[in-house]
Amino acid sequence: MLTAFYITSAVAIIATVMVVVGRHAVHALLYLVVSLFAVAVLFYLLGAPFAAALEVIIYAGAIMVLFVFVIMMLKLGPETVAQERAWLAPRTWLGPAVLSAVLLAQWVWLLGQESSATIAASEIGRTIPAREVGVSLFSQYLLLVEIAGLMLLAALVGAFHIGRRREGRGS
Amino acid sequence: MMAAVPIAHVLTVAAVLFVLGVTGVLIRRNVVFMLMSLEVVLNSAGLAFIAAGQHWGQPDGQVFFILILTLAAAEVSVGLALILQMFRRFGTLDMDAVREMRG
Repeated sequence: MLTAFYITSAVAIIATVMVVVGRHAVHALLYLVVSLFAVAVLFYLLGAPFAAALEVIIYAGAIMVLFVFVIMMLKLGPETVAQERAWLAPRTWLGPAVLSAVLLAQWVWLLGQESSATIAASEIGRTIPAREVGVSLFSQYLLLVEIAGLMLLAALVGAFHIGRRREGRGS
Repeated sequence: MMAAVPIAHVLTVAAVLFVLGVTGVLIRRNVVFMLMSLEVVLNSAGLAFIAAGQHWGQPDGQVFFILILTLAAAEVSVGLALILQMFRRFGTLDMDAVREMRG
């Protein structure tokens, strides 16, 4: 089981690297779907099957389909790959990448300091079924659910307003 | 159905994914890739929440993952609408093309 965790983590990280350095938008999107599936497997291995199902259905399903539709609507030609290659010159990415790597090294080091004190997930952790999540969500966190619904409505109205074609004005 | 994974290792994976996403936002000029990197960042935050929730054996981690999912859906819908509008007005996906805040 531990081996499965590390293999899945490696898949998630490699797929995410391919997203970040990808040239072709659709290929990067497919790698992102692979990364999301890998994270869903991680959720399942950690004992959160409901979160794993939601990750597949909403993230890898709904959100990625939205991305695919928009990329199709943009009608990007083959010249965009060459453009991406020109945009991703080492001069551009070296600075931020080095700074992020320093940040990551510090972070991993700090987590390593903690590791002796931490408890393996199996000692306290257990598989939490969807029922418990639902009970918690709709009793303790009911206000948050309402706020999330309002936020979705605002996003719906906002996306409709921003995304529509304006006939008269605009540059 | 439980992996005896040390919590620090899960958090390390989340940290790696987070930093990769941040790097993607920083180094890309194409807005679509920046939005995808933002998704990676939100996803890694969700992984950290799940790890913490499982560590304590409470459903709260999954509850907050659901809320992150909602946030990601809202963010993506508005972000993609902005990308569409930007492509219509400027004919490019270059982030540097819209750095002037001219209406």
